[in-house]
Amino acid sequence: MPSTQTYRRLYVWEMPVRLYHWLNALAIAVLAVTGYLIGRPFTVGYAQEASFQYWFGTVRFLHFMAGYVFLFNMLVRTYWGFVGNRFASWDKFIPLNRQAWRDIVEVLRIDILQTRGTGPIHIGHNRLAGLIYFVTFFIFMFQGLTGFALYGPNSHSVFGNLAAWVVPLMGSEAVVRQWHHAMLWFYVLFTLVHVYLVFYHDYVEGRGTTSSMVGGWKFEREDRLDD
Amino acid sequence: MPRAGNSLWEVMREKGYSRRDFMQFCTFAATAAGLGTNASAAVAKAFEKKDRPPVLWLHFQECTCCSESFIRASHPMVADVLLDAISLDYDETLQAAAGHQAEKCKADVMKASAGKYILLVEGSVPTKENGVFCMIGGRTAEDILKEAAAGAAAIVAWGNCASYGCVQAAKPNPTGATAIQKLVNKPVINVPGCPPIADVMVAIVTHILMFGRMPELDSQGRPKEFYSRRVHDTCYRRPYYDAGLFVETFDDDNARKGYCLYKMGCRGPLTYNACSVTKWNGGTSYPIQSGHGCLGCSENGFWDNGPFYRHLPSFPGFGIESTADTVGLTLGAAAAVGVAAHAVSTNIRKRKLIHDQVVEAVKDTPDSKEVE
Repeated sequence: MPSTQTYRRLYVWEMPVRLYHWLNALAIAVLAVTGYLIGRPFTVGYAQEASFQYWFGTVRFLHFMAGYVFLFNMLVRTYWGFVGNRFASWDKFIPLNRQAWRDIVEVLRIDILQTRGTGPIHIGHNRLAGLIYFVTFFIFMFQGLTGFALYGPNSHSVFGNLAAWVVPLMGSEAVVRQWHHAMLWFYVLFTLVHVYLVFYHDYVEGRGTTSSMVGGWKFEREDRLDD
Repeated sequence: MPRAGNSLWEVMREKGYSRRDFMQFCTFAATAAGLGTNASAAVAKAFEKKDRPPVLWLHFQECTCCSESFIRASHPMVADVLLDAISLDYDETLQAAAGHQAEKCKADVMKASAGKYILLVEGSVPTKENGVFCMIGGRTAEDILKEAAAGAAAIVAWGNCASYGCVQAAKPNPTGATAIQKLVNKPVINVPGCPPIADVMVAIVTHILMFGRMPELDSQGRPKEFYSRRVHDTCYRRPYYDAGLFVETFDDDNARKGYCLYKMGCRGPLTYNACSVTKWNGGTSYPIQSGHGCLGCSENGFWDNGPFYRHLPSFPGFGIESTADTVGLTLGAAAAVGVAAHAVSTNIRKRKLIHDQVVEAVKDTPDSKEVE
């Protein structure tokens, strides 16, 4: 393996993809913190009348607002999965061919067995990451549906009404709330592992994974540019 | 025997009520059904002309709290007269007849008034072991229900038992207790609650009597007039919720001040009922006003979402004390440990990799020979 390589700079993440990523990160951070507080509020007692105080109302407002940002951001990203470049395309999330599965095995070997990668792995989402994001989208959908189902009775929102069928399906609002709250921990786990793996892959691959979500550029060895 | 054929006005006059009493009753009835006083003329007209429909009240797996609630309706006129207004021809707990006489009475009504009678059902129906857990007169509850439902003009499911199964249907539901709506092929008016509010029960019967049709129902079959809002939305402690002022324990200063019971497990935000508007015992009070959180007794499966005195329910399969947060936090900690271990191992391997690469790089550079 030659060590002195020529690397080519590739524009991988277009602006809408990067914007989606960071808006999503921000929305999830706000949703997770305010969601946890809604589940476990603490009493803020001041020497003032309750009518001058609205902190729990504000927490809930932030949660609902971030929920809307999350929803529309997701819709835009879904649209971009059909019109964006090949790295943003929807088919990068679903391993439909044998090459994709080989890629997944390769990434698993790098991640778990910590072998030094032997072949090229996909310059965009590696195929394992793509598959995990695909599963994540379903959890996003679950959180969105249960969230808006719980939000519906608070408002005359069309989105709340659109999710009204979730409550009878799951039994009662208590069950919906329970699972909506439990899924908060999925995001905590996901963020932990996601951020770590970004750093890890950046470290072992040396392709600029971390900075790519800021500037959009990644680097690939010229001899591996057949992909 | 069925007395159908007399209108309510005729029955009342026979019993010595004045026209004024009758008009007062009509006004009460109109108000109880959520129509407002200006509808009382239409109500009076209906009660003057319409025959009183016969009513069958069936009792299956229940505790009779619905009946107890019903006979304590707070508008005395409505409560008293309603038992006259409807022709209650069969009700295990209220009827004078017993045994074969009672069963014959029911059979007569179902035959004579097929397609006209109102069926009120209290209690759930067991379906396991061929329904042996609830038998009346040698027949299973399911059999009795299906026979009575076939000729009913309207079916009302009283209480959480008949609407959702209530405590009998709580896990593991040993008798296979089943809600009425799952056993009959007709629309059922669900009036959940354990028990439902007396005035709500009376108002629903009044509605059917007055208009001869069902009240408007939501997606779960509950009358919208009483079940379209959460207890939380009309709770007088709601401002404390928005202000973030909560009771922490039942004997703290916040409890004395009447703060929000959210953290004490109050199910008001999840419960659709009219408690905080109609209240109980003639508009005297309701649980939250007495300093106790709502248990959510009108919600499907409320027994399985315990414990009652904690905001977050137990997480299924992880023991009584563990909430979703306990499980999540444990998994989070495990993941953090895993990540840290992985990072350490990566660095050990990476050091070797960097070392190899540096050695190779030095070998490959044109100047390497000079270095050697």
